[in-house]
Amino acid sequence: MILNSVLDVVAAVLLVTGALFGLTAGIGLVRFPDLLTRMHAGTKPQVLGVLLSAVGVTLAVRSAMVTGLLLVVVLLQVITAPVSAHMVSRVGYRRDNVRRDLLSFDQLAQATEALGRPSGTSGEDPPGDTPADAPPAASPT
Amino acid sequence: MIPLAVVVFGLLSVAAVLCLVRLGRGPSMLDRVVATDSLLALVVTGLAASLFFGVDSTVLTALVVVSMLGFVGSVSVARYVGGMLTEADPEPEPGAESRDEAEPAGPSEEQR
Repeated sequence: MILNSVLDVVAAVLLVTGALFGLTAGIGLVRFPDLLTRMHAGTKPQVLGVLLSAVGVTLAVRSAMVTGLLLVVVLLQVITAPVSAHMVSRVGYRRDNVRRDLLSFDQLAQATEALGRPSGTSGEDPPGDTPADAPPAASPT
Repeated sequence: MIPLAVVVFGLLSVAAVLCLVRLGRGPSMLDRVVATDSLLALVVTGLAASLFFGVDSTVLTALVVVSMLGFVGSVSVARYVGGMLTEADPEPEPGAESRDEAEPAGPSEEQR
């Protein structure tokens, strides 16, 4: 009896914390100035929120099938979030969607210079999008 | 139970509205892609939270499918914007070979 109610309370706390992390991701998406920083906000606390909510639901609904399937869900989220983040940020870096004045340390530029390949866009932009957030020469707005 | 549901789904709804704001405002397609990805993760969180409040556990099937396929959209748009989906360079015309022999410099790709 007491264990059930304790688990329910812990599950409720975890659920609210997971929702709070999702809210953090939403706030970060709106407030951050740049594609890469919005990516940080949209993936890291987001996946943590999914994880905490799933753990909370597992503690509340004490069933083996639910536990197994939620484990699969969390595993899939953890696997797929870095893939999409990597793809989007790599493409955004190359297409000048990144505010380079906000970067404190640009390892990719150093690596591409060391390899002798030019960084940045190749000059032949594919159709579909105009590059936004071009690095301003003057002070940022 | 009801105040907890209001709190949890209220927080998720506010986060979803903020993602929609970024979806509308984002100056480039990649910002909108990030917002869509976050929206899908919020849907996953909301569906998992609904299990707590007595919804039938068949939503787990939808949950697994959404979390498995939710990133396909963002990766596809990123590949499109990055130019990885355009066709390869067409084969050079027969007249281009004589032009290449006339040029003293190397291939033009290294000059970029």
